[in-house]
Amino acid sequence: MIEQHIVTYREEANELLAELETSLLELEENPTDEELIGRVFRAMHTIKGSGAMFGFDEVAQFTHEVETVFDLVRNGKMTVSKLLLNLTLRARDHIKSLLDASVSGEESDRAEGEAVIAGLKQLVPSSPNEPSPPPVQSQPAPDAEAETLKTWRIRFKPCPEIFLSGTKPLGLINELRELGTCHVVAHTAGVPVLNDMNPELCYIYWDIILTTARGMDAIKDVFIFIEDDCELKVDLIDDGGTGDTDLDYKKLGDILVERGDLSPMEIQKILGLQKRFGELAVAVGAITPDKVQSALVEQQHVKNVRQERATQESTSSIRVPAEKLDLLVNLVGELVTVQAHLSQTAALHGNTDFASIAEEVERLTNDLRDTALNIRMLPIGTTFSKFKRLVRDLSQELGKEIEMETEGAETELDKTVIERLNDPLVHLIRNSIDHGIEMPDVRLAAGKPAQGTVHLGAMHSGDSVLITIRDDGAGLDKEAIRAKAVERGIIAATAELSDKEIYNLIFAPGFSTAAKVTNVSGRGVGMDVVKKAIEGLRGSIDITTAQGTGSTITLKIPLTLAIIESLLVRIGPDYFVMPLSSVEECVELTRDNIEEAHGRHLANVRGAIVPYIPLRDQFSISANRPDIEQIVITNIHGTKVGFVVDSVIGEHQTVIKSLGRMYRDVRGISGATILGDGTVALILDMGLLLQSAEALEQGGVSSAAPM
Amino acid sequence: MAKLIMTADDSASVRQMVSFTLKQNGYDVLEAVDGKDALVKLSSQKVDMLITDLNMPNVDGLGLIRGVRAGALNKFIPIIMLTTESQDGKKSEGKAAGATGWIVKPFKPEQLIAVIKKVLG
Repeated sequence: MIEQHIVTYREEANELLAELETSLLELEENPTDEELIGRVFRAMHTIKGSGAMFGFDEVAQFTHEVETVFDLVRNGKMTVSKLLLNLTLRARDHIKSLLDASVSGEESDRAEGEAVIAGLKQLVPSSPNEPSPPPVQSQPAPDAEAETLKTWRIRFKPCPEIFLSGTKPLGLINELRELGTCHVVAHTAGVPVLNDMNPELCYIYWDIILTTARGMDAIKDVFIFIEDDCELKVDLIDDGGTGDTDLDYKKLGDILVERGDLSPMEIQKILGLQKRFGELAVAVGAITPDKVQSALVEQQHVKNVRQERATQESTSSIRVPAEKLDLLVNLVGELVTVQAHLSQTAALHGNTDFASIAEEVERLTNDLRDTALNIRMLPIGTTFSKFKRLVRDLSQELGKEIEMETEGAETELDKTVIERLNDPLVHLIRNSIDHGIEMPDVRLAAGKPAQGTVHLGAMHSGDSVLITIRDDGAGLDKEAIRAKAVERGIIAATAELSDKEIYNLIFAPGFSTAAKVTNVSGRGVGMDVVKKAIEGLRGSIDITTAQGTGSTITLKIPLTLAIIESLLVRIGPDYFVMPLSSVEECVELTRDNIEEAHGRHLANVRGAIVPYIPLRDQFSISANRPDIEQIVITNIHGTKVGFVVDSVIGEHQTVIKSLGRMYRDVRGISGATILGDGTVALILDMGLLLQSAEALEQGGVSSAAPM
Repeated sequence: MAKLIMTADDSASVRQMVSFTLKQNGYDVLEAVDGKDALVKLSSQKVDMLITDLNMPNVDGLGLIRGVRAGALNKFIPIIMLTTESQDGKKSEGKAAGATGWIVKPFKPEQLIAVIKKVLG
């Protein structure tokens, strides 16, 4: 577009130059013809003005010099001489060459231009060189004092004839409104009765109280065109500094004096009457009600501004009832479901516009989900502090010396998770104190400091939080546990168990290692309850111990209970989801593979033997078995195990819905979710499925109930 | 409805540039090649605003402004005059004649639009 304007400009300039030439030659004949002089001036003026518009700076600059001289001629301060005409004609030729140079890209003859200008300057009568005019209307420099909000009082009193200049006072006031928070009071006291009113005149003036981050210049710029046609008074009344912590603003009387509406003398006189000042001032006729009103508005405005500042400084966070957050998370959950439906529908339609909208919605939904879940996050430290007290009280009761250390108190977890972690943690810590840490004399005899330590730590690990409870006590006694388990009938006396399996026995129902039931632990709720609670949070519990030096219990807890990343799979007509955090990979399982394994549920994954559980059999799904099945290989508590499904559909945002009361005790299913098309998919509890399968495999000796 | 703005300028390139900028920003444009042309057109056509050059043959910018303010149809419209830096005195003359504001040449399209928005209120 600019190109096009430039072409037009060149054509126009060439026409003007031709006209200039003719005019100059005619002027030679009639040196006093004002009409001709005017034409010469206008031609040069247009060449200059338009030249500057379209980037012909050199042309504009040079022509400006020549124009200046002709301005003098036009105003009768110089006469047209032969020499002037010669120089002007040379100037005209130079302008032409400048224009041509801009097309060809050649350098123009700068010396010629300078010679012409020097010659012209000599012609100018001794009048001092006009100081170079101020630069073009420039954008106001950014205010140095930006950032801080300042409050200004502006009194804008346009002259009555303001409308005749085409100015709209309300437009200006609206412009002020755009600068910041604004209170406007119109003074209408000057409006005459209808009969005396000239509708073409402005009888009103305004007081504006403006709080803005922009400075005085920005305010003055609003009135730039009518500076001389109005009374404008701009005063800073609140500088935004924090020093002014006093919320109370000036007294009404002081404001009116500052504005020049009342003199201090008058104030004194009125104050002597002792009523509400504003009413008094009006009553005695010293002032019109609108002026008082305006001052009151200023008072209120500044008060508000200061109050807002005070609150902003004191609070960067707000308190929201927890139910509101729960509601928000629930709604986000619904949104995720709808979004899944949308994406699915979009994929089905194959319309790219539709698909891109669906993608956008998906991205936003994901952000919204993360943000909403994040809002519910609380630092776990809030519960840690409670445990300090617990440790102190318990150790006193038991006559033990125990110190509690905490670490990672700032680690954040979903509010509901933290709430549900409280009881298991209390139990675990009690256990450590009661069973783990020895009496001081025992400790000293074992070469340990008399004071025992319980360490409670939390840290992030992927989409989970690891919580560790570590004590430097006696550690677990492998043989004692084994003996007890046999005694309680939890394991067979001949069972061959790894160390890990033995330690895990303490989580079996009905197991208690304490020799006697103390007041502290062993109130009938054992470690199995703890384990259940942790698994209810979709977490896992792990124990490491060394006899004599202490044990560490590690809880792995997912960050949130509401929404998880999962893998969506299908068996026959049914959909299931598996938490993605435990999924490692997917491999194919063909009929040949099954035959090769001679009917045993083992798969060869790159040389490693991985046992698998055919979910189809577990859930008694009778639909036809496809030729090629899929094994989803998972890592459950460090054990690799595969789950055989018909097909793997893909990653899925799973909004967890709990199962109703009727199904709460179904083992192997931890919840349900609703897919995009409305189908219900069950969430698999892989840990429990594994346990059940192991139990079946070992002939049902284990604690796991049959499916 | 789009606002109708008249641009009066004897320079075709400036007229072209102004109308192009206005049209791009959603205004309707009426062009006039000099003050006389503008006055004739404005006597029968109501416009929302006038942008005029000061130096024009026949009737110049000041004459045009006075003429508009003396008429009835467009008496109260905002009028913006285009001036160059050498015409500082012209600003006050223009103001006295009844111009609403001014814009100094050379200007960028966005500056022009900012001024138009300002005076249209």
